[in-house]
Amino acid sequence: MALHRSGVISGIGETRYSKVSGKSVLALHLEASLAAITDAGLSPKDIDGLIPYAGLGTVAEDYITNFGIEDLRFSAHTPLGGASPIAAVQCALAAVSSGICRHVLIPLARNGSSGGRISALMEEAPQFRAVGEFELPVGAFAPAQLYAPMARRHMELYGTTSRHFAEVAVTTRQHAILNGRAMMTKPMRIEDHQASRMIADPFRLFDCSLESDGGAAVVVSRADCARDLRQPPVAVLGIAEGHPDSPSAITQRADLIHIGLDKAAPRAFAMAGVRHADIDVAEIYDCFTYVVIRQLEALGFCARGEGGPFVASGALRLDGALPTNTHGGLLSQAHIGGLNHIVELVRQLRGEAGAAQVKDAKVGLVTGYGDMGDGSIAIMARA
Amino acid sequence: MNMDTLPARPQPHPSEESRPYWDALREHRLVFQQCAACGKLRHYPRPMCDACYSMQFTWHESSGRGSVQSWTIAHHPFHLAFKSLVPYALVTVDMEDGVRMHAPWRGAVATLTLGLPVRVVFEMVDDGLVLPAFSAAP
Repeated sequence: MALHRSGVISGIGETRYSKVSGKSVLALHLEASLAAITDAGLSPKDIDGLIPYAGLGTVAEDYITNFGIEDLRFSAHTPLGGASPIAAVQCALAAVSSGICRHVLIPLARNGSSGGRISALMEEAPQFRAVGEFELPVGAFAPAQLYAPMARRHMELYGTTSRHFAEVAVTTRQHAILNGRAMMTKPMRIEDHQASRMIADPFRLFDCSLESDGGAAVVVSRADCARDLRQPPVAVLGIAEGHPDSPSAITQRADLIHIGLDKAAPRAFAMAGVRHADIDVAEIYDCFTYVVIRQLEALGFCARGEGGPFVASGALRLDGALPTNTHGGLLSQAHIGGLNHIVELVRQLRGEAGAAQVKDAKVGLVTGYGDMGDGSIAIMARA
Repeated sequence: MNMDTLPARPQPHPSEESRPYWDALREHRLVFQQCAACGKLRHYPRPMCDACYSMQFTWHESSGRGSVQSWTIAHHPFHLAFKSLVPYALVTVDMEDGVRMHAPWRGAVATLTLGLPVRVVFEMVDDGLVLPAFSAAP
């Protein structure tokens, strides 16, 4: 397969994560980008490819202007909502492996807490046009409201419970407390989750991800251009994106709980040439607790319908069968669109994850999920 | 901004393809787009049939009957226009015509189960805007 080991994550960067950054979204993008470029041991002028997150207000021109990039050879957008960052890595690998460019910067930053909220977006963005016309007027438009019927059906069909959701929230919080960069550091018990207020039944407040200010970035480099850089490179073994049927309206999906990752995961595992038992650590996009459970099924760590008991077994804990969201995820570290999940996987595979380090983590995976169920997955290992 | 005024309920902005759907609701009729070439029904309205790629279509009068595929209950309003309405339940319905609907539930939340038979009702929510809702089928 052409993309297998074609490129590496050569640098990672993050800003501080907070409720009020006091900085412009562009400044956050540049700060995270510079951190990732510096981490790689590159100069901003070495960046010759760019994939800024679509819809967060920065374009390639901003980076050319601020970094003084003289010869940008590649720029693209991968608009898959929270599945975008890993789809961007796939796009970057295609660009570097085909010889278009060598070092692709993928930044994502937002003032998701202090800045605007999402309801206006539902009426304006083309991928939300159907929801905007047919579901917004009846009162269904926020992600919590749109994903809730998927979760409810899963519960009714398979016996999944709110306490299963709580297990995800509680475990993720425990990891956040170990992280040092996480916004949420107060311990959470199952009972705290069960007592949190209902947002969109079955989702309680502690089933929902944070609204955050901050940014993260990674640099994807062609494998042969990263050998002499500052950090040990982390190679991409397998990568894929997947789009669900009826991608713009969950309600119109023949199989309501099917997601794009159901299509992408088998392709990524086949490309990587690894088995599930080889995965030492997982960073799974967690906009909602339920979405983690459904992705674990789509990934093949358990059968469809068995995600609830799988998480209840303690599998996601640091000492569990599949340590997951070791940074605290979108639920408890910060909602940086899943770019923070890629950053954490790289840290784990470098052995630099501090108190949340999974011992001898050699192979790991990271997923993205967004825009009504688009999915993406990357399987990585120390190069 | 006058703080006494809640923002208006978000209005649909019909397209060339969807206008007849909204017009029919105003007459308390539920219609679904139907491919004029192969007869396949589709919802939400859009330009092309995904079975035969025809862009010609007509409108099928629905029986208005279906069964519950799933549901949610909105507690947090997210948009100020819905602040006085929470909590409200929304049902995802498998119409017996073969398409899906998503609309408010007019019945006891405790009675909701997968497969519950329901029928459409029509509600004028704003001057001229009629929205579908569902209640238990008799």
